[in-house]
This record gives sequence, C-alpha cells and structure tokens, in this order.
Amino acid sequence: MVGPNITVDALRHLAPVAPDWPGNEWWHWLVFTVILIVFILVMVIIFIYLERRIIAWFAARIGPNRTGPFGFFQNIAAALKLLLKEGVNPTNADILIFWLAPIVNFAPVIAVFAVVPFQNGALLADLNVGILFVIAIGSISTIGVFMAGWSSGNKYSMLGAMRMIAAVVSYEIPVVLALAGVVVLAGSLSLNDIVIAQERVPFIVLQPLGFLLLFVGGCAEINRSPFDLMEADSELVAGFHTEYSGIKWAMFFLGEFGEMVVMSTLIATLFLGGWQGPGLPPWLWLLIKIFIVDFIMIWTRATLPRVRIDQLMALAWKFMFPLALVNLIITAIQVLAWPDALPLYVIPINWAITVVLVLLGSKLFKLGWGRVEV
Amino acid sequence: MALDFAFWLLAIVSVAAALAVVLLRDVFRAALALVLCFIMVAGLYVTLSADFLAAVQILVYVGAISILLILGIMLTRDVQRGSLSNKLRFPALLVALLFIGTTIFAVFNTPWGVSAGAPVEPTTATLAGRLFGENGYILTVEIAAVLLLAAIIGAIVLVREK
Repeated sequence: MVGPNITVDALRHLAPVAPDWPGNEWWHWLVFTVILIVFILVMVIIFIYLERRIIAWFAARIGPNRTGPFGFFQNIAAALKLLLKEGVNPTNADILIFWLAPIVNFAPVIAVFAVVPFQNGALLADLNVGILFVIAIGSISTIGVFMAGWSSGNKYSMLGAMRMIAAVVSYEIPVVLALAGVVVLAGSLSLNDIVIAQERVPFIVLQPLGFLLLFVGGCAEINRSPFDLMEADSELVAGFHTEYSGIKWAMFFLGEFGEMVVMSTLIATLFLGGWQGPGLPPWLWLLIKIFIVDFIMIWTRATLPRVRIDQLMALAWKFMFPLALVNLIITAIQVLAWPDALPLYVIPINWAITVVLVLLGSKLFKLGWGRVEV
Repeated sequence: MALDFAFWLLAIVSVAAALAVVLLRDVFRAALALVLCFIMVAGLYVTLSADFLAAVQILVYVGAISILLILGIMLTRDVQRGSLSNKLRFPALLVALLFIGTTIFAVFNTPWGVSAGAPVEPTTATLAGRLFGENGYILTVEIAAVLLLAAIIGAIVLVREK
C-alpha cells in the first residue's frame, strides 16, 4: 500500500496555485472544471461559426446570416436539430464500442485544458509534466477514431480510421520534436513556466521553424484540410464516422472542433506568448491569440487543395522529420552556448536557418524516389 | 482516505481489464481492455507521485503501442473468428502458472524498502540526472536506442521492394 503522507503532499502539488483564488477547497475543482467544460463548448460553437462565416467570405459567399445576429444562432439551431435526429445503428456494428467511440474521442479534449494557463498560475493543475500530459492525453483521441472505424462494420469507416492512424502516428514525431525545442528553450515542461519564459520575446520569433512544424503537423493531426484525407468525401464517403448519425455524429463533430480549439490554444501558449501582452487582461490576450491561430487555420483550409495520401506521408517523413531534428539540435546548441539567456542576435540567425532549411527541404523533396506511385 | 479509494478503484479496474484481455473472445475488445489496463496503471503511478512516469506510460503504451497493436489486428485475416486456440494451449497454461507462481513467491519474499522521505518534486529533472548524468544509466539508454534502430532497419529490409 502507498504511504498516505507521501501522496497527500503529491496531491497538494497538483492543487491550483493561483494567488488570488480564495482558499484551497475541494469545490474549487468542481467549479473550475465546470467552467472549463462550458468554456470549451462555447469556444467550439464560436469556432464553428467563424469557420462557416470566414470560409464563406473566402469563397465569395455570405454564409449563415439569418438566425440571430449575424447568423450566430445558426449553430445552436444545428445542434438542436442534431440532438433530435434519429440515431441509426448499423446491423453489423459492434454496438458497445460503437457507442463508446464518440466519448473516447471527445473526453481527452476537455482534459487537455486542465493544464492551460489563463493568466499567471490560473490553471486547474500546474503539472510539472504539462506538455507531456497534453501529448499523452491527446493521443487517446485516436483510439476513439479507431473504435469508430472498427465497430461500424463498414469498409469505408475502416479505411478512414486506417488513414487517420497513419497520419497521426507519422505527424506525432515532428510535432513532438518541435515541442521539445520549446521545452529546451524554456527549461521546463510546465505550460505556465513556458509562458513565463516568453516574457522577453515570444518563441515564434526565436523559433520560426518550430512554429511552422507544429502548425503544419498540428493541422495534419487534428485532421484539418488540406490534410483531411481520413474523411475525403470523394474517396471515403465520410471516413471513420460514415455510419454515425444524430447525437453520436455531433459528438465527433464536437471532438473535431474541440481538437482545433486545443491546437490553437497550444500554439498560442507555446509560441505566441500565451497570456502575456500589454494593456489588456491576460485571459483576453490568450483568447485573441487563440482566434488569430484559428483564423490562419481557416485561411489555409480555404486556400490549399487536399493532398494525396502518399504526399501526406512523404511530407511527414521526408520533409518535416529531418527539419524537426535539425531544429532541435540547433536549439540545443544555442541553449548550451548561451545558458543564461539567448542574445537577441540569434533571432535573425534562426530566421535565416529556417528559410534555408525550408528552401533546401522543398528542393530535395521527392515522392517515391522521384517515381510517383499512385 | 481519498487516496485509498483511488488506489482500490484503479487496482480493481486494472485487474478486471487485464482479465478481460485474456478472457474475451473478440480480439479488438481485448485490445481495448488492454488500453484501459494501461491507463489504470498510469493512474496508479500518479497516486505514487511518479507523474513523469504516468505521462510517459500513457504516451508510449496508450498512444503508440496500443495503436500499433490495433492496427495489427485490423490488418490480420480471420480476425472475425475471434481468439483461436491451438495445440500450444496446455504448455502455455503451464508456463503462465509457473510465471505467476514465481512472481507471487518473489513479491512475498522480497523485503520491500519503504522510504519515509517526501517524494522528489519535480521528478523530471531528477530522472534526467539519473538517466543522462554522471554515474547514471546512459549506457543502458544508448543500448536501447541501438536496439530500436536495429529493429527499424530490420523492418525496412523486410518490406523493401526487390
């Protein structure tokens, strides 16, 4: 058995550390957990709204503008419609796994926000393994996709799930290497410490290559266009959630946009300085940065055509993986050379390295030893 | 009190999940039960204030190994017929009984040292020091890396186009 004294200390360490939170009562956990869940749901609704409106503007359309002010209630109407729709269970489905899959897919998204700081120390749990926790919990979502693809009893679902796994497993590597660069710079795995370490300059200035790798890899991992091969409608009907309908489908939709919120938040926290910023309150800065990243994601979706599956895999293994390794090594050398604080003149050096590496990488980038096999 | 409750919950669910892995006929469900077992073990690590180990447990076992396992199941023929048995059934039972007997014997006959000191906080830096610092386990880490590299090269050689 575990010694109680030892572990109570460990739990105390996990407790919220915000200086202005009154007391340290157990119900704070409950209250702030509920607040976080509501925050994620509201953010998802806003993200869906923005996605539809901005994509519409990019496509020279108007988008939903009838329900409520500027069409904002359109998504609430859509959500109500989905809740009332009939849920169809396929005959070949493995019902238990079929029902569990959307929950396994969505639940980790909520858990990730426990370690995101909204201002100095304002986070549910200041884990000293923060980033590792985010990556670890995020990887559970994939199992939900897998369960959906397998239990549907449909070959298109299965193929969609297989593609998803191939993409996630491949892009996990450059993403984690890019995150390792940030960890080396900040000298801590805790998200709060990483934000504090960006007091002088945000890490996007110091590490443009890391930012690019995380952004592209993140888009691929959360299944965003132009990497949305797992649900390429022209090839796979709707990928792993072909057989889903009603509220279970809505859960997948929620999970997809929830992952988008998570990825935007991560990029904003790790590379754009999180809650740091002059004038405005910290949480507002974080929100502004999240929406900037979200806008860039929508922008890339509206601009770029979908890639092929071999291009997707080649991009991860032949382009991003070597670049991520070089990025990590260069960062480590710089941190070793200037252990106290990086001098500001490494910024132009790093930008030059980024440009050279990206140009070189695209020059040498080939599919299948120059033979394109489809 | 809360910790005892957490321990028993995690322990019971992990043992039940482990039994499900062995007993379920459906291989895919067995793999999912294995995932549940891994997550519960990570929870046990958290109650032992080994937070780094818990995160790595989920990252490696749930995020990577289980996924490869499930991918393997998806690519296997005859998987619909469930978990088939062959004539190695009884030797396997013998080996398993032998193994569990040895383990139980070892567990009950080892003088387990319990430290009265507070756990190290944070664990990450200490672990890194033990692994990569002086008098650490750097040789073991390097050997494991070489082993993995050899495995990767072996896999590439196996599937390479002739």
